[in-house]
Amino acid sequence: MAARPLPLRRLTVTDTLGWTAVAFVLALILMPLAAVLWRAGGASLPAPADWAALHFTVLQSVLSALFSIALAVPVARALARRQFAGRGVMITLMGAPFILPVIVGVLGLLAVFGRSGVVNQALGWFGLPTLQIYGLHGVVLAHVFFNLPLATRLLLQGWQSIPAERFRLAASLGLGPRDVFRLLEWPMLRATLPGVAMVVFAICLGSFAVALTLGGGPRATTVELAIYQAFRFDFDLGRAAVLAVIQIVLVTLAAMVALRLSLLDGFGRGLDRTPRRWEAEIWRLRLLDLFVLGVAGLFLLVPLGAVIWRGLAGLDDLPPQVWRATCVSIGVALSSTAVTLGVALAMAYLGQRRQGVEVLGLLGIAASPLVIGIGLFLLINPIDDPARWAFVLTALVNAMAALPFALRVLAPALRDVERDFGHLADSLGMTGLARFRWLVFPRLRRPLGFAAGLSAALSMGDLGVIALFADPDRATLPLQILRLMGAYQMEAAAGAGLVLLTVSLGVFWLFDKGGRRDVDA
Amino acid sequence: MLTLDGVLIQQDAFVLRADFVLETGTVAAVIGPSGAGKSTLLNVISGFFAPVQGRVLWKGQDITDLPPAKRPVAVLFQDNNLFPHLTVAQNVGLGIRPDLRLTSEDHRHVGQALARVGLEGLDGRKPATLSGGQKGRVALARILVQRRPLILLDEPFAALGPALKVEMLDLVAELAAELGATLLMVSHDPQDARRIAPHVILVADGIAMPPQPTEALLNDPPPALAAYLGT
Repeated sequence: MAARPLPLRRLTVTDTLGWTAVAFVLALILMPLAAVLWRAGGASLPAPADWAALHFTVLQSVLSALFSIALAVPVARALARRQFAGRGVMITLMGAPFILPVIVGVLGLLAVFGRSGVVNQALGWFGLPTLQIYGLHGVVLAHVFFNLPLATRLLLQGWQSIPAERFRLAASLGLGPRDVFRLLEWPMLRATLPGVAMVVFAICLGSFAVALTLGGGPRATTVELAIYQAFRFDFDLGRAAVLAVIQIVLVTLAAMVALRLSLLDGFGRGLDRTPRRWEAEIWRLRLLDLFVLGVAGLFLLVPLGAVIWRGLAGLDDLPPQVWRATCVSIGVALSSTAVTLGVALAMAYLGQRRQGVEVLGLLGIAASPLVIGIGLFLLINPIDDPARWAFVLTALVNAMAALPFALRVLAPALRDVERDFGHLADSLGMTGLARFRWLVFPRLRRPLGFAAGLSAALSMGDLGVIALFADPDRATLPLQILRLMGAYQMEAAAGAGLVLLTVSLGVFWLFDKGGRRDVDA
Repeated sequence: MLTLDGVLIQQDAFVLRADFVLETGTVAAVIGPSGAGKSTLLNVISGFFAPVQGRVLWKGQDITDLPPAKRPVAVLFQDNNLFPHLTVAQNVGLGIRPDLRLTSEDHRHVGQALARVGLEGLDGRKPATLSGGQKGRVALARILVQRRPLILLDEPFAALGPALKVEMLDLVAELAAELGATLLMVSHDPQDARRIAPHVILVADGIAMPPQPTEALLNDPPPALAAYLGT
């Protein structure tokens, strides 16, 4: 009889910890939101420039989502129906932009598509007019660069959800590529594409660092960027608060639709099997897939290669601020990771018995960092100089941003541990710290390492709240790079970009590796 | 002495009643069709499932509301009886102290238990490096150090081959006799019952019947059992 046993447990220390974590998350997100709403209440109605920012935000998000999925479909299809050496590496690399610092990606895109970039040099040789990367198309280009891989991975999951037997049946009936598309692939795409597009759309709505570096001006300002400008340049708190309310409404609506349409399982495993596709075993399609994968590979790898290439040149004379900022960033990232893991574990524990706790963790996605930042400023300003809190707040806001992903990784793993070994541990009386030390921690090492890596890399590369708060003496590494770019010290910026890239991927690798070390079946 | 006093188990449409006494030192097999509630009955005794009505008593003491670890019960589940990330000795040691703070005396007990089940020298191995039979023996060594007066087996050896299963059941019966423990084992195979269990608790049609002598019951099965056995 496989009846689910009733939990016979009482309120424990872990429950208390869980509720504390929930209260902490709610306070950190809702209090700033309340402060923003309260401040916006006394402010004027949105000005035309604010509506322009809203318009641009939605427009660039729609375009970014459309281009991302339009390009992701052929790439995912090629990956779904081809088996080749390096396929696994390519799929792994598709996960990398998630932890790639935005500013590093932008540096790479500038090196390729910028004023004196590779593409413009080539165009110049042929006497053709050069490209201009700044503005709407630059913002969309960068968003496609960051979201094409995510869209590809999500679509690849869709393709792999089609049972291999269907393709076998199609082959036995002599169906051609067109029929297979119409009968098998299109129904899957029709079900998956809206969700994938919505996820990309929702991500792009919150765009700050890309808009800050490639957008700007009245014609290419996102709401997030407008919040920053209202705060930083005009110090118009009322206007910043009004914009923040617009952003809250926008992102909340989009996140609700996105969550309804799709589950955020971008780093799902098991993408490594390919069913045989008889109908695609023709030269025309082989060449097509080769071309698609080649172009996608170049589009994603050349900018990264450019960062490394230019960065090596700039590494020699890095100003001392870069190294100081690197140390600051590592400190912020590690603190943020500790907070993320602590809160995520406590909430995952509680989430096993209280449905809906995990949903609270998603608040971090819905609430944009800049909005939270403005709210925190409003809360702290009357008491103390907010600049002194810049690093602490950055670490905390980063932790909230990483929390949904950490929960997504840890909660199912913890559920598995309790499902497989909970009864045994109960029957042996393993509770509290003993249970954590001898059961939960060893079994969760892998997901903990992965979540820690994600969290640290995300925090390391984040350029958001810190830009609001920092004074000239304080900076994290991404902010320092932004300042170097602003001062047209492109060599040094490239060098610092390489440092950031190395440290971000390095911390991810170290944590992830640490989780995998001598783990038994 | 284990007493199930007017126990009613209910979940959705599933209902099972149990009202019987099991004398100390008895070895009884729990037999019945799948889905009848054999495992659920064990879960109620071991404290993983709360009955809607009635009491579970051990030697006259009400244990219905005690958590699993506080009951006089040692359990072997269908699977996952060992923690794969801990060594053989640690897995056994957990039966003495759940936080593994073992004294040298405790370590000696662990070594003795492992020797008793024929696993001398395997202390430092991880379960993944053991055979199915060896894993079962490690779990039995833990039962030995737990020294609980009531042992429940929820078909822990079902995945082993027939010969190995019989070997393990014989060993369980021996160990239970050495400990003077009461043994309750779920089984699909009437031969298991004939071999080591003088009594059978038949679980069918929503009722867990009081223990009856095995031979008599199996030789002259009531309709519910006959239907299950196919005789």
